[in-house]
Amino acid sequence: MKLDYNNTQLARRILSEIEEISSHLRNVTIMEFCGTHTHSIFRFGIRELLPSNVRMLSGPGCPVCVTDNRDIDYSLTLAEMPNTIITTFGDMVRVPGSYKSLQDIKAEGRDVRVVYSCISALEIAEENPDKNVIFLGVGFETTAPTVAGAIIEARKRGIDNFFVYSMHKLTPPAMRSILELGEVKLDGILGPGHVSTVIGSDAWSFLPEEYKIPIAIAGFDIIDILLGIKALLEMIRENRPKVVNTYLRSVKLNGNKLAQDTIYEVFEVIDSYWRGLGKLPNSGLRIRKEYRDFDASVRFPIEVKEIKEDKLCRCGEVIRGVISPLECPLFDSVCNPSNPVGPCMVSSEGTCSAYYLYGVRR
Amino acid sequence: MNERKITLAYGSGGRLTHQLIKDIFLKHLNNEILSQMNDSAVFELDGRLAFTTDSYVVNPIFFPGGDIGKLAVNGTVNDLAMMGAEPLYISLSVIIEEGLSLEELERIVISIKDAVEEAGVRIITGDTKVVEKGKADKIFINTSGLGIIPRGIEIRGDNAKPKEVVVVSGTIGDHGIAILSARNQLSFSADVKSDTAPLNKLVKIMVDSVPEISVLRDPTRGGLATTLNEIAQASNVGIEIYESEIPIRDSVRGACELLGLDPLYIANEGKLIAIVPENKAKLLLDVMHNSPYGRDARIIGKVTREHPGKVILVTKLGAKRILDMLSGDPLPRIC
Repeated sequence: MKLDYNNTQLARRILSEIEEISSHLRNVTIMEFCGTHTHSIFRFGIRELLPSNVRMLSGPGCPVCVTDNRDIDYSLTLAEMPNTIITTFGDMVRVPGSYKSLQDIKAEGRDVRVVYSCISALEIAEENPDKNVIFLGVGFETTAPTVAGAIIEARKRGIDNFFVYSMHKLTPPAMRSILELGEVKLDGILGPGHVSTVIGSDAWSFLPEEYKIPIAIAGFDIIDILLGIKALLEMIRENRPKVVNTYLRSVKLNGNKLAQDTIYEVFEVIDSYWRGLGKLPNSGLRIRKEYRDFDASVRFPIEVKEIKEDKLCRCGEVIRGVISPLECPLFDSVCNPSNPVGPCMVSSEGTCSAYYLYGVRR
Repeated sequence: MNERKITLAYGSGGRLTHQLIKDIFLKHLNNEILSQMNDSAVFELDGRLAFTTDSYVVNPIFFPGGDIGKLAVNGTVNDLAMMGAEPLYISLSVIIEEGLSLEELERIVISIKDAVEEAGVRIITGDTKVVEKGKADKIFINTSGLGIIPRGIEIRGDNAKPKEVVVVSGTIGDHGIAILSARNQLSFSADVKSDTAPLNKLVKIMVDSVPEISVLRDPTRGGLATTLNEIAQASNVGIEIYESEIPIRDSVRGACELLGLDPLYIANEGKLIAIVPENKAKLLLDVMHNSPYGRDARIIGKVTREHPGKVILVTKLGAKRILDMLSGDPLPRIC
């Protein structure tokens, strides 16, 4: 039988099962780690359909949002170098740094191009041998393999004008940091489907083992998300925290070995600065010295001006799940997708953007 | 052999300009008004007129399902048709970046010829300029259009009333995704074509059968969601849309999922939204289904008294959420 992942009847049935299980529970809070989950949850109207004692809280799973201002400013400074083409995913273009955004720099006449994959950036480098083509590497474990692949390919093809500024981050340290901070009390975690496809469900075993918190890894369609929430509620009810993988068609226990090998062929793990979370040990990826010819931070060691943060922007707290976007004074008054103050309003995975886009207002 | 390219000399107003106009524009677009070749086109018209203008800067200039020429005619024809007007005359201004090949220019002009024939309109005046390399991107086109609104037709964006229903003429999101895939060679959406098409003939049979149509709009930039918001705000009514009823191609849906885009915000160039009294909807759909431009027409929602100025989407699971206007622009230069 072909399982239809948009099957409304099935969704209704799971919802009534969720209702049944949660009738035995006190108030529970579940954090969806991943920004794509946040957006899907709003898109399908899932929050509204859940029982009133089940609260969904959005987590830090938005790569653009957690990118530190220092890195944004460095990227902007790279973009202002002469003879340079900056290539990046669309989300980065409107993110405001301390002084301006890539969009502003593009309007000033610099060459900033949106690509959908790092390989496109490599092709741009091949077509423009007299320009330095820099790819802004933002993303989690899902993006890092393709970027690593592009760097390996660049070496193979002998392309020496292609560079990557790696701001890649690893997700488990962020989850650990939120639990260590203890600002929000979580009863369960909806685990990221795409990230786990790469790193494997086993990478999350520290959650039940060390923090006694259940995690259900889920896909991104209605049924996927509801199945994940149901699995969490069952574990909460039975008080038996485990890693449950409800996204079996994509996620394996040990993940995708080839993707992992590709990452670590090119990158090594370092401490990294996260917006809202600060410096987290072993949470970022830097290009190994064997591939340093492609490392923009080595090739262009430029100074960035002093960093400025908008004092009223509460992206950091939104990222940690401490406040909802509705509690930020800027939300919908000053900050909106046309005039974003912080990255959470810009990124298609950002929590503020989801609230705004799907019409949640004070 | 070297392919021939447009140089600045072609825009000088001298011999080469005349040759370009004669050998390419007049060759394909000639009619008795255009051939007068005076400083203005001179003609007589009677009745209530609709007049519109639009500039086209789409990148790339050729894309699956069309090109900038076809788009420039259809876009302006549709702007007239959305007022219930019967489009008659179009002006054509082209700004060419030096370096465009004559062969590409002629392809675009032939496509303009095909589009004006399909729509049943005529190009009656025009202009050609050439600018230095880098000052434009291959070719920009401006068209203006003139049409006559038949007696008794009162179609405006602020006319929607509670209890009327919302009809869409076919699948949405095709144009934006076709442009995006042409721009980025996205192999997964290879079968998506732009829906660019003239809608005046569809509109004609619609208003002939159902003159009570309150609103007609073509959901171009900003897509279905933005156009519905414009109507809700202008008419000060609520609009409720059913997600399960909105026709979207699987390939468009798939591309949108991969790219993190919402098809409800993606541009269309050959679709319209009609708002009609509920008791006329069946008749309207029957008429639309007989036209090649409205074969997949269906009712996707209704106008409500509640939540004026807002568009509510009822999801497949019955949850309701606000469908906001597009903010920002995920896809610049789509038309």
